Amino acid sequence: MASVTFDHITKRFGDVIAVNDLNIEIADKEFLVLVGPSGCGKTTALRCLAGLEDVSEGRILIADQVVNDIAPKDRDIAMVFQSYALYPHMSVFDNMAFGLKLRKTPKAEIKRRVEEAAGILGIEHLLDRKPRQLSGGQRQRVAVGRAIVREPKVFLFDEPLSNLDAKLRVETRANISKLHQQLETTFIYVTHDQVEAMTMATRIAVINKGLLQQIDTPQVLYDRPDNLFVAGFIGSPAMNFFPAHIRKDGENLFIDGGTFKVKVPETRKGAYISHVDKPVIFGIRPENIHNPEYAPPNIDAQPVECIVDVTELMGNEIFVYLKTGDNLFVARVDPRSRYHVDDKVQVSFNMNNMHVFDRESEIAIR
Amino acid sequence: MVPTIMKQGRIAPFLYLLPAMAVITIFIVYPMIETVRLSFTNRYGTGTAASSCLPGNPCWGIFENYRYALTNPEMLTALRNNALWLLLMVPVTVALGLVVAILADRVRYESLAKAVIFMPMAISFIGAGIIWRFMYNIESGGGAQTGLLNAILVGLGLQPVAWLSNPAVNNLALMAVGTWLWAGFCMTILSAAIKGLSVEIIEAAHVDGANGWQTFRNITVPMIWPTILVVTTTMVINILKIFDIVFVMTGGNFGTEVIANRMFKLIVTDLGRSTAIAVLLVVLTIPVMYYNMRRFREEEAMR
Repeated sequence: MASVTFDHITKRFGDVIAVNDLNIEIADKEFLVLVGPSGCGKTTALRCLAGLEDVSEGRILIADQVVNDIAPKDRDIAMVFQSYALYPHMSVFDNMAFGLKLRKTPKAEIKRRVEEAAGILGIEHLLDRKPRQLSGGQRQRVAVGRAIVREPKVFLFDEPLSNLDAKLRVETRANISKLHQQLETTFIYVTHDQVEAMTMATRIAVINKGLLQQIDTPQVLYDRPDNLFVAGFIGSPAMNFFPAHIRKDGENLFIDGGTFKVKVPETRKGAYISHVDKPVIFGIRPENIHNPEYAPPNIDAQPVECIVDVTELMGNEIFVYLKTGDNLFVARVDPRSRYHVDDKVQVSFNMNNMHVFDRESEIAIR
Repeated sequence: MVPTIMKQGRIAPFLYLLPAMAVITIFIVYPMIETVRLSFTNRYGTGTAASSCLPGNPCWGIFENYRYALTNPEMLTALRNNALWLLLMVPVTVALGLVVAILADRVRYESLAKAVIFMPMAISFIGAGIIWRFMYNIESGGGAQTGLLNAILVGLGLQPVAWLSNPAVNNLALMAVGTWLWAGFCMTILSAAIKGLSVEIIEAAHVDGANGWQTFRNITVPMIWPTILVVTTTMVINILKIFDIVFVMTGGNFGTEVIANRMFKLIVTDLGRSTAIAVLLVVLTIPVMYYNMRRFREEEAMR
């Protein structure tokens, strides 16, 4: 149990800056997910914390102690690797006991802790097996078990689910969340999958090109993304973006997308008045585009004319790919809707949940 | 159109095997049988081995040449020396190869360091023997020492050592040359095995709390153990046959005789005894070969 601080961390590999002036304070017992596309520096940040890489600049603190010059083995952390990195020549029991044996833990205590961890993970019956005799999911649990028995201050996870099949991934996601509640320890988890981040994290740090984009709770990231990157990265299908201008017409403000013009709600006007006639990017999530017939009441709906490009029936909803001028966008509409390819249709944008970004800086305007 | 005879039938498979079988028969099977046959004959290969028995001396009849191979004092020295080579030189060489492989993995000029260690492998063993005869040279006439080792000893104010003729050290001196020659071979193969290990597993061990030595002992060595065994058994076979170094440097004199050198010496003077020694050498090699092949098959089965 410990807090973790990245204090102005920079990591360079030659001329490449992998992590750029990263500042994150992680509270005790938090479940922080570092998320971003491949090569964004999230894994490098985690490896710096583990001590597997030296930082080029800045300080890393675990439980208020600077650990820059402390070897991985003395940082009191445990890590679950993407490949699981089980010791192939050792049984499951020995894999889990290895760290404790090195610390000269008494035999009886080792046995107790390994069996307890195996119980939590449901792998008691596998303790005598070798890793090669296990399935992917079982190996993954052994890797987690090896971390648990150590009772470390901080757990680190490096894309631990990326080698599992889709169904197992969903199951394991829930199990890791449960584990976090049970163990009441700080978890730091790296993934490129925003769904994993959204479902498990208490807070998410979105990283791109080595830079921290935004760090907040999943809900805030989803509802109030600070910039275009976060808006596009969080959420699936991704938010729709339209190059647009803000226009003033009498007392009202409009978003002018060229082929469509939608009115800005009264409550949001204040933020955009200074951007009148400037180039912006207008963003709206697929679930905020409705079929007018089934649109929920009490929303500020604005009609947009468009053409149906593709429809994907998901059962509980329909993804409709629509076209207005050169703009392609997705709507997530009620499954009772009847849309056919090349139909000319009218959809409703729920303007209460719209987003606007400066086109130059890509920062949210609000 | 494929000729009828080449289509899969009863004869075709044997036709495909024929060239290989012919080569193996001419160059391996026939000489093998002939060697065994000769080992039961006298020194000219003209009569049975029993005909070389001298009256009043012990005689094993048809196995007379084997009596020589197993009881003659020169042969006992050779057998003892081969055992010494196996027990001392092989473990030291494999261990040295392993240490260098691990260390080279961490230095900046890795390929250069490895090339230097591997270089002796490129020299003919005869050439290496000659080089090391200079290294071990002793001037007994009171002149300046030209051998590097003795020059150093004298420079330090110590007495020069007769490295190659003093039975207290000469076997060790020869083994040192063998180690110098073979360590590069061991290093290269072990280094490849170490490079093949997953980096994440080593990192996992570090995070688990293992220091460098604990990681080496508990993770690296067990994981490359199959390779260590292969290198060791290969070295055992090589050393059972050790010949060149001894032949060039001491000729097997001063208590440095080895089995293969004995065999070589006798081939012109006593065909029966020489071939009996050859058979003995083959018999000693077979268990190691068998073990190697069984391990190989086990590993194939595990894939």
